[in-house]
Amino acid sequence: MYAFRYHHAGSIDEAVRLHGSCEDPGYLAGGHTLLPTLKMRLAQPSDLIDLGTIDALKNTSTGTDTLIIGAGVRHNDVARMTHPIPALAGLAGQIGDFQVRNRGTLGGSIANADPAADYPAALVGLGATVITDRRQIAADDFFVDLFETALQEGELVTSVAFPAPRRAAYMKFPNPASRYAIVGVFVAWTASGMRVAVTGAGARVFRVAAMEEALERNFSPDVLADIQIPDDGLNSDIHATPDYRAHLVTVMARRAVALANA
Amino acid sequence: MTMTISMTVNGEERSGLCEERTLLVTFLRETLRLTGTHVGCDTSQCGACVVHLDGDSVKACTVLAVQAAGHDVTTIEGIADGDTLHPMQQAFHENHGLQCGFCTPGMIMSALDLLKHNKAPTEREIREHLEGNFCRCTGYHNIVRSIAAAADMMATGKA
Ligand SMILES: Cc1cc2nc3c(=O)[nH]c(=O)nc-3n(C[C@H](O)[C@H](O)[C@H](O)COP(=O)(O)OP(=O)(O)OC[C@H]3O[C@@H](n4cnc5c(N)ncnc54)[C@H](O)[C@@H]3O)c2cc1C
Ligand code: FES
Ligand code: FES
Repeated sequence: MYAFRYHHAGSIDEAVRLHGSCEDPGYLAGGHTLLPTLKMRLAQPSDLIDLGTIDALKNTSTGTDTLIIGAGVRHNDVARMTHPIPALAGLAGQIGDFQVRNRGTLGGSIANADPAADYPAALVGLGATVITDRRQIAADDFFVDLFETALQEGELVTSVAFPAPRRAAYMKFPNPASRYAIVGVFVAWTASGMRVAVTGAGARVFRVAAMEEALERNFSPDVLADIQIPDDGLNSDIHATPDYRAHLVTVMARRAVALANA
Repeated sequence: MTMTISMTVNGEERSGLCEERTLLVTFLRETLRLTGTHVGCDTSQCGACVVHLDGDSVKACTVLAVQAAGHDVTTIEGIADGDTLHPMQQAFHENHGLQCGFCTPGMIMSALDLLKHNKAPTEREIREHLEGNFCRCTGYHNIVRSIAAAADMMATGKA
């Protein structure tokens, strides 16, 4: 790791102010993406601003139809909480391994926007809203490209508001070593209609309109059987080819609907 | 920049020098000379470095020492009661839960966190919990058996 300066931020305001006053700063949340990156010397921030001591980022509140989770809430906390959205607990409980889930946070995961990360599927699948220190961003507009979000320089994610769906489920085909999604599909029957969000397959999370329309007619796995997404532009790596990923999207979507109905 | 940090380690207040970029596992092993916590991969995969930070199992190779300053850390050296092994250690001993022993400190610290949340885990739950702990001797069967035996011992207070 290259050397850097380290700061504790006591509050959201202080973190953002510190970020503005440093040359090439970075926020540090659970560190489970950032520290491995720094160890490989793939980044060289001048300053790290630790968000771990900001209590305001660790709050969770449940309204009648929304669940608001602080950016600093760890994956294991989401997996364990008594939940108005069990599908979200199920997703959080499948991230990495137990020790990763004891450190990794919601805010860090979405700010990082790894194409194979799990949370982006839940945000887009549920039609969530990302709340930052300065504005609100619809999940559909938040994930822009590979490792790229709509966040501005120094913009801090403070929480995410998830509307509770009527039914929802997440299914992933994990990479057997890292547990990241080779393909993960989040399916939700929400107040504003059906949503199908896919992670792991493309450069960023995306929705599948054809599946959403079919589910509007009948929320059953069978209506998805013949819907195959095109494989152009899908990810290709040693784990899976684009056409295999396209195939997995249909399989995982069907399983997710079956689980949501169970 | 070199600085002095303090934290509670195995119930004692400990201080030492580190840099901002020093990893918790390096601080424990090289500054405090607590070499029971191992480094297998240094890439957050293998779990040889698992310690408890404020009671939660974490990979000490993926936490900065400064992030643990002022907090409570427990390492494998801190769980026995004098010469009496912790029931989890005893169970690994009795069930041949280790071969070379390299992964064992991490396995034990990870397993203790499982039993904190689930006093009577099924075999499947034990296996799933060990997702982030690798044993290169591949002695998983006996590791799982050891953890199940420890859960029994701890539940019946036999140890
Ligand atoms: C072995 C291993 C396995 C993993 N498996 C999975 C998996 O299966 N699925 C999965 O989804 N993820 C997986 N992860 C990633 C894990 O979930 C990370 O914890 C997560 O992606 C990043 O969260 P963090 O809190 O650790 O963020 P950090 O690493 O601290 O930060 C990541 C990035 O986000 C920025 N950031 C952090 N918080 C904020 C904020 N509030 N506002 C703005 N920017 C912020 C940081 O500056 C940094 O650029 C794995 C990680 C490891 C090490
Ligand atoms: S040394 Fe920390 S996970 Fe391998
Ligand atoms: S006993 Fe040798 S690595 Fe597990």
